[in-house]
Amino acid sequence: MNDPDTIDLLAGLAPGSPLAAIRDRKPVTRQNAQASYRALFEPADQGDVTSQERFALAMFVAGLHAQNEIAAFYAAGLAQTEPTDAFTAAIAAEIASGRTSGPYGAYPPGPLSVEDVPGPIYRVAAASRAALGVRVSAALAHVHLLVFHPRDANPMALQALLDAGWSNTDIVTLSQLVAFLAFQIRTVAGLRVLSATPA
Amino acid sequence: MTETVIPHPENDEPIVFTQAMLDWLPWLAPPAEDALTERQRAGLVDPARSKSAYFRLLARDPDILGARTRTDKDIFYNTSSGLPRAERELAAAATSRYNGCIYCASVHSRFAATFSKRTADVQRLLDTGVSADLGERWNAIVAASVALAATPIAFSAEHVTRLRSAGLDDGEIVDTINGAAFFNWANRLMLSLGEPTSAPR
Repeated sequence: MNDPDTIDLLAGLAPGSPLAAIRDRKPVTRQNAQASYRALFEPADQGDVTSQERFALAMFVAGLHAQNEIAAFYAAGLAQTEPTDAFTAAIAAEIASGRTSGPYGAYPPGPLSVEDVPGPIYRVAAASRAALGVRVSAALAHVHLLVFHPRDANPMALQALLDAGWSNTDIVTLSQLVAFLAFQIRTVAGLRVLSATPA
Repeated sequence: MTETVIPHPENDEPIVFTQAMLDWLPWLAPPAEDALTERQRAGLVDPARSKSAYFRLLARDPDILGARTRTDKDIFYNTSSGLPRAERELAAAATSRYNGCIYCASVHSRFAATFSKRTADVQRLLDTGVSADLGERWNAIVAASVALAATPIAFSAEHVTRLRSAGLDDGEIVDTINGAAFFNWANRLMLSLGEPTSAPR
């Protein structure tokens, strides 16, 4: 497969560079991180989650992580799906209003409650909701929960997705997409720092 | 058929971090074991995983599950070179402790304790949290994992320097990054698609 490796691309690792060579020692890890990317963004069977939804949510995840280059990569993918200008502008606006610091959230009541960390409950702005529609708007709210305060997750958060037209299977895909990106973005960020830190 | 979530109001939910065996209850219906398609079975990779409600639920999207599972296994089990298994599990346990995933922390704290034989140190990580003093090499791995788990990501040159000072070469640092980064994937699925339970069935 001659696919450019997305993690190398985003981390700026040239073929044959010291860190690319270290990654080459674990070809199964490398190949399956890439296979994960393809399964989510170039799926053989996309089911009922559209390409536009996938790239829009990825742009939002990367933007919430304040990783502008990675957000630009997924924004380019979104542009390929020919969204309206209002749709793309709404994702960008929601990134700006959704940014905060995590992880925060509450534990089940008990000894760990002293470690509860308060944080904002994000809501999609009315103007964005009009441009994004019910389904993507509900997804953004769930993505924000997963990115910043996953320990606040509860069945009602999933019910909100079902109510907005996401099926059980769509929710699994959406959850994998956000969770995978939490991994990919950290791998890229870690490799970039390592690559820029001389021994 | 209208799909709906599955609440577990009677669940005896664990309220502390523990090395004990826990079980997990899904909030969405997984496919029944005898209803799994060939593609879904292929996505499970390991046939024994068809017993797990968690993996059967993820099998609703089989291709990403298969790639995720192979990524997971190679990051943690491929010790042909690089960081010892115990310290990969430490990165997983520290990440899970910091993100607040009681289920993931239970599994990977057990593995960290098994492979390191440092059960008491692992328990201090669970009891005290990620600021527990576990000796400099483990402290450096925990601090790097925590910095990587933060959003925005706080992992910096200081973490790399500290890992190097603790004796890790760049291959071992890449293993640390992979193990810690992977648990930001695992924690989010475990925390958001169901809940842990103290009562193994």
